[in-house]
Amino acid sequence: MTTETTVKDAAAGEVVLDARGVTMRFGGLTAVRGVDFTVRSGEIVGLIGPNGAGKTTFFNCLTGLYIPTEGEVRYKGEVLPPKSFKVTAAGIARTFQNIRLFANMTVLENVLVGRHTRTKEGLWSALLRGPGFHKAEAASRARAMELLEFVGLEKKAEHLARNLPYGEQRKLEIARALASEPGLLLLDEPTAGMNPQETRTTEELVFAIRDKGIAVLVIEHDMRFIFNLCDRVAVLVQGEKLIEGDSATVQGDERVIAAYLGEPFENAPGDEEAAEVAAAEAAAQADTTTDAVPGKENDR
Amino acid sequence: MTTETTASETPETPETTSAPAPAASGLIGLPAPLGRALATGGGVLAVVSTFMSWTWTSDFPGDLTVYGYPGGLQVLVLIGGILTTLFGLASYGVKWLSWLTPGSADSALKMAALGTFGTAWYTVVAISVELGGVVNLDPGGFVVAIATLASVIGALALPFERPEPDPVDPDDAGWELFKHNSRQSWNTFRAAFAPRTPAPAAPLPSWAEILVIVAAMAIGLIVFSYGIGTSYDELFIGFLIIAGFGFASLSKAGLVARVSAITAKHRNITMAGAFLAAAAFPFTQSNDQYATIGVYILIFATVALGLNIVVGLAGLLDLGYVAFLGVGAYTAALVSGSPSSPLHVQWPFWASALLGAVVAMIFGVVIGAPTLRLRGDYLAIVTLGFGEIFRITVLNLDGTSGPDVTNGSNGISSIPNLDILGFDFGAPHQILGSTIGRFANYLLLMLVITLIVVIVFRRSSDSRIGRAWVAIREDETAALAMGINGFRVKLIAFALGACLAGLSGSVQAHVTYTVTPEQYQFAYVVPPNSAFLLAAVVLGGMGTISGPLVGASLLYLIPAKLQFLGDYQLFAFGVTLILLMRFRPEGLIPNRRRQLEFHEEAEAPAVLTKAGA
Repeated sequence: MTTETTVKDAAAGEVVLDARGVTMRFGGLTAVRGVDFTVRSGEIVGLIGPNGAGKTTFFNCLTGLYIPTEGEVRYKGEVLPPKSFKVTAAGIARTFQNIRLFANMTVLENVLVGRHTRTKEGLWSALLRGPGFHKAEAASRARAMELLEFVGLEKKAEHLARNLPYGEQRKLEIARALASEPGLLLLDEPTAGMNPQETRTTEELVFAIRDKGIAVLVIEHDMRFIFNLCDRVAVLVQGEKLIEGDSATVQGDERVIAAYLGEPFENAPGDEEAAEVAAAEAAAQADTTTDAVPGKENDR
Repeated sequence: MTTETTASETPETPETTSAPAPAASGLIGLPAPLGRALATGGGVLAVVSTFMSWTWTSDFPGDLTVYGYPGGLQVLVLIGGILTTLFGLASYGVKWLSWLTPGSADSALKMAALGTFGTAWYTVVAISVELGGVVNLDPGGFVVAIATLASVIGALALPFERPEPDPVDPDDAGWELFKHNSRQSWNTFRAAFAPRTPAPAAPLPSWAEILVIVAAMAIGLIVFSYGIGTSYDELFIGFLIIAGFGFASLSKAGLVARVSAITAKHRNITMAGAFLAAAAFPFTQSNDQYATIGVYILIFATVALGLNIVVGLAGLLDLGYVAFLGVGAYTAALVSGSPSSPLHVQWPFWASALLGAVVAMIFGVVIGAPTLRLRGDYLAIVTLGFGEIFRITVLNLDGTSGPDVTNGSNGISSIPNLDILGFDFGAPHQILGSTIGRFANYLLLMLVITLIVVIVFRRSSDSRIGRAWVAIREDETAALAMGINGFRVKLIAFALGACLAGLSGSVQAHVTYTVTPEQYQFAYVVPPNSAFLLAAVVLGGMGTISGPLVGASLLYLIPAKLQFLGDYQLFAFGVTLILLMRFRPEGLIPNRRRQLEFHEEAEAPAVLTKAGA
């Protein structure tokens, strides 16, 4: 295993998330192989890797959707329960790569649903409507409004979630996740389909969440976003953790560049070939810039 | 005014395509002022004609021979004529009528004119056919025919905003072109009746709002009891025509939206009022005839409301729901002291009702625990199967194929009437000077049960658990990720629904005297059964309280009143359902959540259809 930890180790607090030797196999296919990974409180950690590297599989292992074939995931010292709702109750909240709001509920109700694990009122309490019910309901609403103010959606509390613009739907999803009062927030591509300005707001929002003492783990494709944001970045390639370290270390590492851009030719390429490659790259660049927009729109 | 012929016949209308703001024209090429005058005048004339004799003989039901006194179908035409006249005058901009049409006066006028025309011509044609020829019409009949025809032509000539036509794809030919053109004409046709978004209402003092609620409810009650009371088929068909178009015209006028906004503001008063009105209903009746219909409707509606928790809120498609009604009914019947029950005990009502509810709930949990791990269509199929398993089991517990519990296909019969604190439900009582018969007694009891179910529905839907149900319905994966224990929450919904159905069942057993397995099939000619219950929920509006109540009433009355169609009864019923779903897919009373309209959002509430509340 690669253990190049150039992290300012003692800086952060207690270990919030501790994944040890996580391996996930689907039949003969090993999607994630022996990944060790920790997140400390007050940290923003990024997880990057080329498509198909096993990021989402690893993510699902952290949220209880998959149970790792080998290894274990601990949250604040406790092994994660195998059900996603229990994981949320334990203190890990997540957002989804393709937004999954409750479209026909209002913005406020979406956040109230997020409060589910932190409130106890059952059916009897709802039917009998004792004083405890009203108090709990009022407290939930107050807390939900607070969170909406935090993400800047307080004016749209009574709108249907489906009617919000894209960027605000992302914010609402974060607010909904925060409503479960997590110790660790997992963001799955929070800036997918966002313009640079929206990306910057999201960045500030994530910093604000960190300042509340919540650890954040981000999966992202947008390199600039990741390297601006994260204290630490781990790179996953073909199911294995390639390197983990601060932005500069990861950015400078040859293997990361190789994983993303491909191996250089064994013999130094001749001038002709170099020109060819440059031309192809330029063309590819043009392609990606035009393709990027419709591609991302599919995420919505 | 352009003098183009009916747009539906000539779809290529080049004049309208070229002009950016097309000279607003009507479906029929008449000058707008003339059209308006014709429509309004026709309405007035129709009103006048209802005071004349339409036919010479009283062979046609309803006695349309009298001058100076409208009867039978004439009353319906009279109402339509008044509506047409009022909307016609309002469309002229008459000041003291402007409150009538916060929406679009023209569209309302068109609908009202069409409704009046439909009823009047139906009557005239029915007279001619049944009595054998046009000669049987008196002058009044001719007057009303001409007046309503003129009114419709005039109304259809009223200008409207034509939709931007789609450009024709030059490659299209034959069928494709035809499809394009017919879509175009359909859009134009729809635009002719499109309502405008009503202007924001001027705030009324709350006593006035309550008066509006009372008035709306009174009108609803009158229309409803008139519908129940229609004594011959012609009158009922006429009633359906005028009621359908009348409701459409009121809703185009924006009145329906306004009234529902007011009722939403005073929910408690509306609810209390509705229940008082329903409770007062038996006191206005001289015999038990309508109370009988009323109590069956109430049972059906209450069960439908219970199903709405399962289907409308939690989104679990349950096709075997009537089995829980059966469980409740059989449980209550077994402890009712009926001679054909193997248990020779007679429990008081409160105990048997409680037992019925609890046993049904246990069945709900037992059936729900294995099935609720499935999603969507699979759940529907499995619940359908469990519903049939209940029926077949009950059928077989007859002493020959199994232990003797339920008497098999004979069912448990001669269930004694209830007796609560010395009040015998089987005997008529004199209360407040009016006689309250057996069915009226049960109507009042059932009303209490309905009230309980309504309160349970309201309170549970507006709480943590209700939000969890809706969240599960909207997106189960996301709901799980928010920490909702999906299985548990769904099981609660399933058990609660079963419990409420069992409660209704324990009353139903006493009302019907006999419980047999045939009453609790998936599909059966008489409601309640699973198919009808689901139809009532979907038709009325998923996730609402009044929706299933209205849906159940309609689904009970329409088939009962369509019996004269004989073999075509179910066909007509099916067509009615298809039409309703085509034109109002969100149900008759859509959830307010779906009606939330926001400032610049152009989406009409009708667009938000799928997946309820």
